[in-house]
Amino acid sequence: MTKNSKGNALGVIKAIASNQLFIPILALVLLAVVNLIVDPSFFEIKDVTNNAGYLVKSGALVTILDYGSELAILAIGMTLVTAASGGQDISVGATIAIAGSAMLRVLCGGNSRPDTIQAPIIVAFLVACIVGMLCGAFNGMLVSIFKIQPMIATLILFTAGRSIAAWINNNELPIVPDPKFAYFGGFIPGIPIPTTVFIAAICIIIIALVLKFTNLGLYTQAVGINESSSRLNGINPTFIKFLSFVILGLCVAVAALIKVSRLSTINYSVIAKDIEMDAILAVALGGNALSGGKFNIWASILGAYVIQFLTTTLYKFNVPSDALAAYKAVVVIILVVFSAPKAREYMEMFVKKLNPGRKEAA
Amino acid sequence: MMKKVLALLMASAMTLGLVACGSSAPASSGSAPAASGGKIKVGIINNDPNESGYRTANDADLKAKFTEANGYEAKFAYSLKNDEQIAAAQTFIQDEVDYLLLSAADTAGWDSVLKDAQAAGVKVILFDRTIDADPSLYEASIVSDMAKEGQTAVDWLASQNLPEYNVIHIQGVMGSAAQQGRSGALDAKVAAESNWNIVKQQTAEWNAEKAQQIVQSVIDAGTPFNVIYAENDDMAKGAVAALDAAGISHGVGKDVVVMGFDCNKWALEELLAQNWNYDGQCNPFQSSYIDEIIKKLEAGETLSQKTIIMDEKGFDATTITQDDVDNYGI
Repeated sequence: MTKNSKGNALGVIKAIASNQLFIPILALVLLAVVNLIVDPSFFEIKDVTNNAGYLVKSGALVTILDYGSELAILAIGMTLVTAASGGQDISVGATIAIAGSAMLRVLCGGNSRPDTIQAPIIVAFLVACIVGMLCGAFNGMLVSIFKIQPMIATLILFTAGRSIAAWINNNELPIVPDPKFAYFGGFIPGIPIPTTVFIAAICIIIIALVLKFTNLGLYTQAVGINESSSRLNGINPTFIKFLSFVILGLCVAVAALIKVSRLSTINYSVIAKDIEMDAILAVALGGNALSGGKFNIWASILGAYVIQFLTTTLYKFNVPSDALAAYKAVVVIILVVFSAPKAREYMEMFVKKLNPGRKEAA
Repeated sequence: MMKKVLALLMASAMTLGLVACGSSAPASSGSAPAASGGKIKVGIINNDPNESGYRTANDADLKAKFTEANGYEAKFAYSLKNDEQIAAAQTFIQDEVDYLLLSAADTAGWDSVLKDAQAAGVKVILFDRTIDADPSLYEASIVSDMAKEGQTAVDWLASQNLPEYNVIHIQGVMGSAAQQGRSGALDAKVAAESNWNIVKQQTAEWNAEKAQQIVQSVIDAGTPFNVIYAENDDMAKGAVAALDAAGISHGVGKDVVVMGFDCNKWALEELLAQNWNYDGQCNPFQSSYIDEIIKKLEAGETLSQKTIIMDEKGFDATTITQDDVDNYGI
């Protein structure tokens, strides 16, 4: 009887440990515990009145949810691209610059300091979506039709993207005069939670519905696991790969809206700098194989928030400026090694070895 | 056997091709000066013009000055990376430019390429940024004295007579001349005075968003502060966005003193509206200085001084005027 229940308990632990969400959740818990020990006030959420005169929530947790949004949104698209093509899109940061620049071009009408916005925000956003999806389609075309390695194909926009973004606005840095535009990266008057949190939630809900009611997830996995057998089963791998890049392009446009809105302006060379690496890391942290195939989008999204949690924690601990990247790298190495399938195998073997010893003790 | 012979033939054909290319190259470049009609050839190596408003203004200024109409044949190369800049410099030397104008991304690593330039008879003029190399390797350097900019800003801050200075210090890209100069003055002051404290010293790499996150982290931690010393305008803007979200007042006569650098037009407008307190100028208009030096060198004159430091101002929100915004905003 006892033996049986123990077996069940072990099975449950095993099931938990082998779940893809285990690593990101463990990382999240670890980070939370470290923060709790060092400074419990980390978790405090205060009500403050912002300079626009509205009551808003403030605190480290709000900050993490706020600043993690772009990354979470990008992680959705990056997971699909990774699963379908077995490679990553490294042009994400540069295409954010392009989409953001296009948005500002429409809003400011080519004038860097307009008195009023020249087009409704929704129009500008739709233009940005089209631009983002076109960039995605360009990458997708190179990967799916011309069979170029994703990282090489996206290297083109990675290199040229920021210059294209600057060219769209004639090298000027437009400033959006309408305070409403700042709502997307800040707060809507009267609502105490950052708008970015809602935007991320909407994106997550949409992808959840898409995965539930369409075959996108299944087809993507099939293409990622074995392209030729999926073709034999009537799936068009070229289209699925292409589609995954276009979806990422859409995610990029949404992320660009948030990024540009945060400061109502743009800086082509630094906006969303290195965000592609964080997005890829989010996918890896979620335990998804970077060589494609099976994926878990929730694990990636969680991974994105873990990265932001880590960034916020490092800022909080006054890590010296020059050492920041090194600290991050160390944490990343540990997390990625632990989430690697090989490391999991070793862990399982370790648990099995431990098991008989426990039985004797009991 | 047949394959080997073929391979040999191919290889020799390619080698011949290379030799042919090699011999034709000097001929074409030799004819280039004649074709340019006695124009002065300059190779300009700059940082990416999209890096900041400062750089955009700087690049536009250079492009306006070094035109064919002014007797120049200019080539431009842009990079934020030192190694790419060095590669561009080598290309320009091979192209036999008369002058190499250089705004180095990093202070180190320029000795050997500048020696090559000297050997090839290319005169080097540094602008905007100095480098760690022997002064004999360049003709002149037209620079902003970043340390002086920092000192002017810190002196201004000291003159505000705050009872206590709790400073959030947001740094630029570590190791850049602007960061070193602007950080140096503040670090020295904080070390010297007992009522000056650094609440947070962190690099935001000239990035507004990172600055916003850094300031947000200080606010979240609940540490009190009353000065934001941002090493450029973009980062000051990011910092102010965080202050606004947290309901912390800033500007003239408010809780937090906001300081920026570079004098972007929009930043000076913030000063005019008294939302910020101070902005230090970093003069991007070096082209007329460079032009003057080239004219002198071409006329065979010697330069009276090697390092030319440009005039730079610091603007105080209580005294700035609309004229200042129009004249000095970039």
